Amino acid sequence: MSAKRQLTAREMHAGQSGVVIQISGGHGLVRRLEALGIRPGKRVTKVSSMFMRGPVTLQIDHFQVAIGYGMAGRILVEVDRAA
Amino acid sequence: MKILLVGNPNVGKSAFFSRITGVKVIASNYPGTTVEFRKGSMKLGEEEVEVIDVPGSYTLEPTSKAEEVAVEMLKDGDLVIDVVDATNLERNLYLTLELLERQIPVIMALNMWDDTAHRGINIDVAKLEELLGVPVVPTVALTGQGIKELVARIPEATSPKLPDRTRDERWAAIGHIVAEVQTLTHRHHTWRERLADASIKPSTGLPIAAAVVGVSFYVIRFIGEGLIGYVMEPLFIGLWSPLMMKLSALLGYSGFWHDLLVGQLIEGEIDFFQSFGVLTTGLFIPFGVVLPYVFSFYLVLGFLEDSGYLPRLAVLLDNVMHRIGLHGYAIIPAMLGLGCNVPAIMATRILESRRERFIAATLISIAVPCAALQAMIFGLVGAHGAQYVAMVFGTLFVVWFTLGLILNRTVRGFSPELLIEIPPYRLPSWQALAIKLWMRVHGFLREAIPIVLLAVFAISILYTLGVFDAIANATAPVVSGLFGLPKEGVIAIVVGFLRKDVAIGMLAPLALSAGQLVVGCVVLAMFFPCIASFVVLGRELGARDMLKATGIMLAVTVIVGSLLNLIL
Repeated sequence: MSAKRQLTAREMHAGQSGVVIQISGGHGLVRRLEALGIRPGKRVTKVSSMFMRGPVTLQIDHFQVAIGYGMAGRILVEVDRAA
Repeated sequence: MKILLVGNPNVGKSAFFSRITGVKVIASNYPGTTVEFRKGSMKLGEEEVEVIDVPGSYTLEPTSKAEEVAVEMLKDGDLVIDVVDATNLERNLYLTLELLERQIPVIMALNMWDDTAHRGINIDVAKLEELLGVPVVPTVALTGQGIKELVARIPEATSPKLPDRTRDERWAAIGHIVAEVQTLTHRHHTWRERLADASIKPSTGLPIAAAVVGVSFYVIRFIGEGLIGYVMEPLFIGLWSPLMMKLSALLGYSGFWHDLLVGQLIEGEIDFFQSFGVLTTGLFIPFGVVLPYVFSFYLVLGFLEDSGYLPRLAVLLDNVMHRIGLHGYAIIPAMLGLGCNVPAIMATRILESRRERFIAATLISIAVPCAALQAMIFGLVGAHGAQYVAMVFGTLFVVWFTLGLILNRTVRGFSPELLIEIPPYRLPSWQALAIKLWMRVHGFLREAIPIVLLAVFAISILYTLGVFDAIANATAPVVSGLFGLPKEGVIAIVVGFLRKDVAIGMLAPLALSAGQLVVGCVVLAMFFPCIASFVVLGRELGARDMLKATGIMLAVTVIVGSLLNLIL
């Protein structure tokens, strides 16, 4: 049995889904993301990312959030295994 | 009594505020429309109560300037209407729980209720009310549905005084509540969601963005030119001109009063661009040229705002905007600036850091021409050919970007990354669009017209007194030497401090070549912002940064004006 795959939100491909397992960063960043509804345990789907280190767009519940490239690299997601 | 409207950004607080107070405020479909609080009042039974529209906030532990304002205001409120986006119950409930831990009565408006059905969301309102211990009323602020019921139940608002909890405890409690009251049914993607995804993916989003910007520009020009050509010019030339000629005859074709009211006759006729009388050019500039553009610009902008497109443009342009020390969201104040710099400079509050706000506000005041200025540029420079108009706008764009690159390298501080909620697409409500358009056009008429008339009046007086000749002679080395303009061009620059549109109009009688006109328009656009923008700039940046911005402005204008003069 292979270990589940963990990727940062910026490494995920558009269309991939998974569960946030960790946000590594300062207290401020964690709180800002949490206030927007991005916190460990939440299911997220990557909608898209802009080339050249542009922002990453995630879908959470019924809304979308655009997150800068740097921050997206601090959101660790356990990605669903391809069926 | 003070009632506060509190809620996450972009849940419809401003629309709600307009509904219950009757005070018209600008509401749009993007987070951060309201950057300062607004007050209104409503009748509650016999009592007249104050209602305050608080800037949107995700939490009461502030993470931004706007949220700090919100928390500060909560201290002296007597009752909270917690406006909640029913389609995002979970995230919105966090702020609700924080509110319920305070000693303030709360009533919840479950807003955007109409959106829940087609999104497959079902909320048990009675159950939610029971679990929270405060009244909950489903509402649709945009159409007014449920507002009466909510107002009727305001006296029932209570504070359950929940015990203080940690963040994790709150999220756990929210999990419970949502599991009990909300059921989701699966449904297929709607065309709006497909369009939403397509407009944010680079491969499809960039062509869509180019099309949106292109079409917007075309529509603004089409409507603006149409109104000028088919409505305003016939009115002025066919109806007003003969009247003015009669007045001219009555006043004996010359003299102080004649020159003040009618202005100079050009070859025995009134020329609305060149005569410069209070009743001729003074009325023609605001009504005949600028008003049509202000109208069409804000019509299109309102549509872009309410559809929810602008935040997507912000995401697509984020990369580019980082080069100039800003993030993508700064495109929203810049676009507002194409209407009027005053609200645009205020809208820079949606940016988090002081550095960003300084860069954004400086760039807007130097290189983003307002609708009034643009209308005059189209009117005056356009007569010489579209390529000259393109030169003016091209130069301003290059200045905007280059100056941004430089400021990004030199201004100290830190620019944070983009982090914004992308609202869903909504079909704009025609009624809401019409109200917003009326507010903005009315604002223009109320604020601009007295100043335009005053400016034209002052120009006539100062001409008669010979004051302008003294100024023109003193500044001739710069104006003629560097910019290649006749020395009288300085008068336009001085007048530009009052109104930019009148200033551009003052270039008309100078018989400039097309190249000189381009230089003149660019210099006028970049030089001192009009007095209204200047005041706002000072208020938003503080005296020191405002002086810094002004210094940059003077230096850049002199450099760009001289360079253009050398090239053209």
